[in-house]
Amino acid sequence: MPESGELALVIDDLTVAYDQKPVIWDIDLEVPQGALMAIVGPNGAGKSTLIKAALNLIPRAAGSVLFYGQPYEAARRLVGYVPQRGSVDWDFPTSVLDVVTMGLYGKLGWLRRPGRRERAKALAALEQVGLVEFAGRQISQLSGGQQQRTFLARALVQDAQIYFMDEPFAAVDAITEAAIVNILRELNKRGCTVLVVHHDLQTVPAYFDWLTLLNVEVVAAGRTEQVFTLENLQKAYGGRVTSLHGGQVLAAGG
Amino acid sequence: MAQRRVWLMIVALVALGVGLLPLSQAFLGLRLTYTVRVVALGGALLGALSGALGCFAVLRRESLLGDALSHAALPGVAIGFLLAGRQLGALLVGAGIASWLGLRLVAAILQTTRLKQDAALGIVLASFFAAGIALLTYIQSLPDASQAGLDSFIFGQAAAIIQSDIALLGGVGLAVVVALALFWKEFKLLTFDADFASASGLRSGLVGALLSTLIVITIVLGLQLAGVILMVGMLIAPAIAARQWTHSLEQMVALAAALGAFAGGSGAVISALDSDIPTGPMIIVVAFALVALSITLAPGRGMLWQQQRQRENRRHLRSRRVESGA
Repeated sequence: MPESGELALVIDDLTVAYDQKPVIWDIDLEVPQGALMAIVGPNGAGKSTLIKAALNLIPRAAGSVLFYGQPYEAARRLVGYVPQRGSVDWDFPTSVLDVVTMGLYGKLGWLRRPGRRERAKALAALEQVGLVEFAGRQISQLSGGQQQRTFLARALVQDAQIYFMDEPFAAVDAITEAAIVNILRELNKRGCTVLVVHHDLQTVPAYFDWLTLLNVEVVAAGRTEQVFTLENLQKAYGGRVTSLHGGQVLAAGG
Repeated sequence: MAQRRVWLMIVALVALGVGLLPLSQAFLGLRLTYTVRVVALGGALLGALSGALGCFAVLRRESLLGDALSHAALPGVAIGFLLAGRQLGALLVGAGIASWLGLRLVAAILQTTRLKQDAALGIVLASFFAAGIALLTYIQSLPDASQAGLDSFIFGQAAAIIQSDIALLGGVGLAVVVALALFWKEFKLLTFDADFASASGLRSGLVGALLSTLIVITIVLGLQLAGVILMVGMLIAPAIAARQWTHSLEQMVALAAALGAFAGGSGAVISALDSDIPTGPMIIVVAFALVALSITLAPGRGMLWQQQRQRENRRHLRSRRVESGA
C-alpha cells in the first residue's frame, strides 16, 4: 500500500470486544509517514475504539500496534492525542492556558513543574489556533469551537510525530473548522502523520490525502482518490450512499 | 480581582477562626482550657486536610465513593481494637486497611460483574458497615472496661482527641499534604482528562491509586472527628462551597482547606462545650451552612447572581423588542 518511505503506524490483527461482541475486528492498517488520513465509517463502526485501542486506552482482545517500528510504551513521546471534546467536564476549575500546558506534563516528567518556557510554548500554540487572547479565560466560558481549538493547542505543544484526533470537526463553527484544516496542513508540511476520525464524507477529498473506510472491519484503506469510490462507500455504509459526482456525495447516512 | 478576593477570603477565614476562641470565651462563657485548645487545633487540622483532598473526590465525581469508604472503615476500627487495644494508631491502621479493601472491592465488582457503580458502592457501604456494627456490639459485651468510647467513631467525638493524637494526626496529615504538592500536576491532569493523561505518558493507574490512597488516609484521619456516617460531609462540603467562589484549582483547594479548618475547628469547640453533643453532626451543620451561603451568595455562580443576570437579560431583551417594534 505505501509506495515509499517509513511506516508511521502499523496495526496488525487488532481486535477489541465488549462483552464478547467485537467492536473492531481483525484490523490491519499501514499508515505511511506524512499521511493525512481520515478514518470514516457509520456510527458504531468502531472509529474511536480503533484510536483508543491503538493508544492502549482500552484493552485489546488481540493484535499489535507499532509506532515507527516501536510498541506504544517506547514511542509515547512521538504520539499526540486530541480526545473527543465531550469526554471531559468543561466546568473543571482551570484556565485555557492551563489546559494547553497540560500537553507538556508528559515531557516534564515526575516532580518537575511547568515554568516560563512551558508557558511560552503554550501561548505559541494558542496563537496558532487563534485563541491567544483567551489564554486567561476560564474553560467553562468557551464555545464548543473554542473548546476544540483548546484541545488542538494542547496536542500541538506535545510536539509529536504522529497525531490521533477523535472527531475534531464534530459540531464546530466555520472559524474553528478552517483553523483545524490549517493546523492539519501545517502538521502535514512538517512531516507529521495525522489520523483523524471524521464524519463528514463531503469534505474527505478536500481535507485528506489518505482514507480508511471502517465498519468494524477495514472496508478499504489507501490514497483517497483510490479509496473514495461509490462502491467502497456503499460497502462501508451499507447502501445508504446513493450517488457520487466528482467527489460529491449526494446522500449519505451515518 | 477575583483572584485577590479568594485569597482575602482565606485570610479572613483564618483570622475569624483564630479570633473565635477568645470571642467565645468572652460571650459564650467557654472556658478556654488546654483540652479545648487541643480539640480546636485537632478539628481545624483534620478539617483543612479533608477540605483539600475532598476537592479531588468531588471533581472526580467520587463523593459517594468517599461515603462508602468511610463506612467501610468501621470494621477495621473494631478489629484494630481487638488486636491492639485502644491505641489510636492501631485503630487508624485497621480503619485504613478496611477502607482500602472496600475500595478494591468496589473496583473488583465493577470489573467482574455487570453491576453499575451505585450498586457496587451500596454493597460495600452496607456490608462493611453492618460488619462493623456487629463487631462493636460484640466488643461492648466484653468484660474489659477500656472498650468505652469506640462508638465515638460512628458519629465522631472531638473531645476524645488528646495531645499525643495531635502529633500523629499532624504528622500523617503533613505527609499527605506534601504528597499532594509533589504530585499536584499529575493529580490535576488525571482528574481533568484521564485518557489524555494516559496517552501523554502518565502512569494513570499508579497516579490514580496514589490519589485514592491519599483520600482514604484523609477519611481515616477524619473519622475521630466526623465519624464514619458523616465523614463524607466533611470531605465534600468544603470543596463544594469553595468551588462556588473560584475557577482555579489551586484556589479551590486552598479555600476548601480554610473552610474545612473553620468548620472542623468551630464544630469541635462547640461540641466540646458539652460532652453530650457529638462532634460530627456539629461540624457538618457548620460546613453545610457554609455551602448554603456559598451557593446563594458567591459572585458569578451563586443563585442570587444568576437570578440577577436573568432579570437583566430579560429587561435587555424587552427593550430591544420595543425598539424594533417602533
